[in-house]
Amino acid sequence: MTATKPFSATGNQMIAEAMRQADPDVMAAYPITPQTTIVENYAKFVANGAVTTEFVTVESEHSAMSACVGASAAGARVATATASQGLALMWEELFIAAGMRLPIVMANANRALSAPINIHGDHSDVMGARDTGWILLFAETAQEAYDNTVISFPIAEDPDVQLPVMTTLDGFITSHAMERCVMEDDETVRSFVGDYAPANGLLTSPTPLGAGMFANGDSYMKSRYMLRHAIQDSLPVIERVGKAWADTCGRPFDVVDAWECDDAELIVVVLGSAAGNVRHIARELRAAGKKVGVVRPRVYRPFPVKQIAEACKGAKAIAIMDRADSLGGQYGPLAVDVLGALASAGQSAPFHNYIYGLGGNDLTNDLVHKVFDDLEKLADGSLGTGGTSYLGMQEAEGAQNIWLG
Amino acid sequence: MAGLKELSRKPEKLAPGHRLCGGCGASMAVRQVMMGLPDDVEPVVGCATGCLEVSTTIYPYDSWNVPFVHNAFENAAATVSGVEAAFKGMQRAGKIPADKKMKFVAFGGDGGTYDIGLQSLSGAMERGHDMVYVCYDNGAYMNTGIQRSSATPKGAWATTAEVGKDQQGKQQVRKDLTSIIAAHGVPYVAQSTVGHWKDLVSKAEKAFAVDGPAFLNVLSPCPRGWRIGSDETAQICRWAVDTKFWPLFEVENGVWKLTPVREKNLKPLEDYLRPQGRFKHLFKPENAHIIEEMKADVDAYWAYLEGRVESSKDATSPIE
Ligand SMILES: Cc1ncc(C[n+]2csc(CCOP(=O)(O)OP(=O)(O)O)c2C)c(N)n1
Ligand code: SF4
Ligand SMILES: [Mg+2]
Repeated sequence: MTATKPFSATGNQMIAEAMRQADPDVMAAYPITPQTTIVENYAKFVANGAVTTEFVTVESEHSAMSACVGASAAGARVATATASQGLALMWEELFIAAGMRLPIVMANANRALSAPINIHGDHSDVMGARDTGWILLFAETAQEAYDNTVISFPIAEDPDVQLPVMTTLDGFITSHAMERCVMEDDETVRSFVGDYAPANGLLTSPTPLGAGMFANGDSYMKSRYMLRHAIQDSLPVIERVGKAWADTCGRPFDVVDAWECDDAELIVVVLGSAAGNVRHIARELRAAGKKVGVVRPRVYRPFPVKQIAEACKGAKAIAIMDRADSLGGQYGPLAVDVLGALASAGQSAPFHNYIYGLGGNDLTNDLVHKVFDDLEKLADGSLGTGGTSYLGMQEAEGAQNIWLG
Repeated sequence: MAGLKELSRKPEKLAPGHRLCGGCGASMAVRQVMMGLPDDVEPVVGCATGCLEVSTTIYPYDSWNVPFVHNAFENAAATVSGVEAAFKGMQRAGKIPADKKMKFVAFGGDGGTYDIGLQSLSGAMERGHDMVYVCYDNGAYMNTGIQRSSATPKGAWATTAEVGKDQQGKQQVRKDLTSIIAAHGVPYVAQSTVGHWKDLVSKAEKAFAVDGPAFLNVLSPCPRGWRIGSDETAQICRWAVDTKFWPLFEVENGVWKLTPVREKNLKPLEDYLRPQGRFKHLFKPENAHIIEEMKADVDAYWAYLEGRVESSKDATSPIE
């Protein structure tokens, strides 16, 4: 293993580098903030002959994913990147990519969805993809965005997985902020991701292959059943590949990053970049003798049910922080998943669900303190369990119209 | 071009036994177009959602004797772009022999091409993929039950362009998609029908000979939607051409060529409309003016094409 010296880079640069090192046969992509610099960086690699990739500058994200589907069905290694409205425009194709069992790797710079139009980070876009059959990885840092992208290729292309992988990072916070990063050298990454040469591609199959068939009744349901198992069974593969990469690069990999959870009584569950903000306060509280813990799923689909339940098993109160809402539902998407995981393990604890940081709204230290204060109240019974609130926007709760005051 | 005998000996790319209706123009379009493919070139075929796709790929059966991919309704062109890009990228990476010859073909209905797939097609043509895109134009969304498309002729009945007290079928003229694609400046664009096999196969040969994008718009009658007998498919195409309703033309490197209709073959538009149940209401006396308008449209379009022929006589390719 040889790593570069530490350097400053954005998450998007790190993803572009990981993709360059994996050298996909096809990249079909379309610009959208805050993803654009990934494809711009990649265009430079193409122009400079740093990759063998055929770069398809499509006319929309729908066509980007459509071309990725065609290329992946052909037997190529395929990558792309998008965000927000672009991911939403691909929605139809996300199901098709997974249903056809195509190991496409896509970066998503998580961003709010219109309306109102807003280019900043939240998880509204990626949560719309959570039931599509894609493996979803959430990076906390630019470094992790790199590592997640490297492992995405061998995970997606594993013969037992054969599923698309979305490697996500939070818009602007991780996609654009400069961080201290390192990179393994090209040789190390190339040999880690290996060659992709499936025998069942349109261009590689010895007999004519039919892809994207019409399936009725029983055969449709059977294929969806197989898909359910494929994504569930991918968790051990993700773990194996992630650990192998951790051994190679020396940076840890866990499907769930459970910080100080062994004896934790007050636990916050949070995805992506905000985990750092939460740990920052949690560290102060630990120093003051509070038994707090922070649980961050690095893999969100398949949902690591057992690992989440295990991490929360000593909890006297749990705060689940969602950077997206499930409008008309009772809780945000992460909360629903976490509660399901606890229920399936026969665990329960008082909990509260926070919707925070929509459209890039700051998660301040004060707000994180409020969450921990609430946790104490939940634990001692002075705050009832099962509530949902828009963090920092109490007036919105129950208010008829926040615009009109 | 090979004769009928020779063509009939070519291996079928689309096997019999598919579930398209008897007399469906779609399978005729596929077979004739694929006869234009050189024997030493392997194809990959992509298809948009529609009658052709749902009738030829019903799992676990597959009527295609060549590699085939279906993705969705509006994106056959983008999907085949991806397959073509894979071929190039994999060749560059040494995964496919450098001397291997392949062609990438997309089939879409008029709905999947004129309407919902127009952006995807336009993008693929502009990017210059090595692709032959074939629209089998049956003038409506047949697979979902004969709804109007922008290819549906004015005056035609469709289940979303109904005939009633206040409306006599579709009110708008058909979109001239072939000219729209020609305006992309691609090397080869042509219009033909499944009832003119010589014309269609030779145009397909030209399309396949192009190194880059080519587009064929093929009138492909749907007996079910047009309300004609299943033995009338080829005949109705001939009337479409002989009434000048569907001109046979091509645009080769910017030069427009229009196949004239011989005086002795020339027929009044009614000869094309009358056999089709979808135009039945036009023959009520109070609708005579609609047929007159349609005739004026046909003449105007023919004059437009003659103008393109005249003005492009000395053209050099806009893509040179
Ligand atoms: C996005 C989307 N919208 C609508 C449909 C429903 N749909 C499937 S096929 C079809 C019509 C196909 O018409 P055309 O392309 O003309 O082909 P034809 O069936 O006439 O051969 C429609 C509307 C769909 N599959 N996808
Ligand atoms: S409905 Fe029309 S287009 Fe569809 S299969 Fe039947 S004849 Fe062909
Ligand atoms: Mg149609």
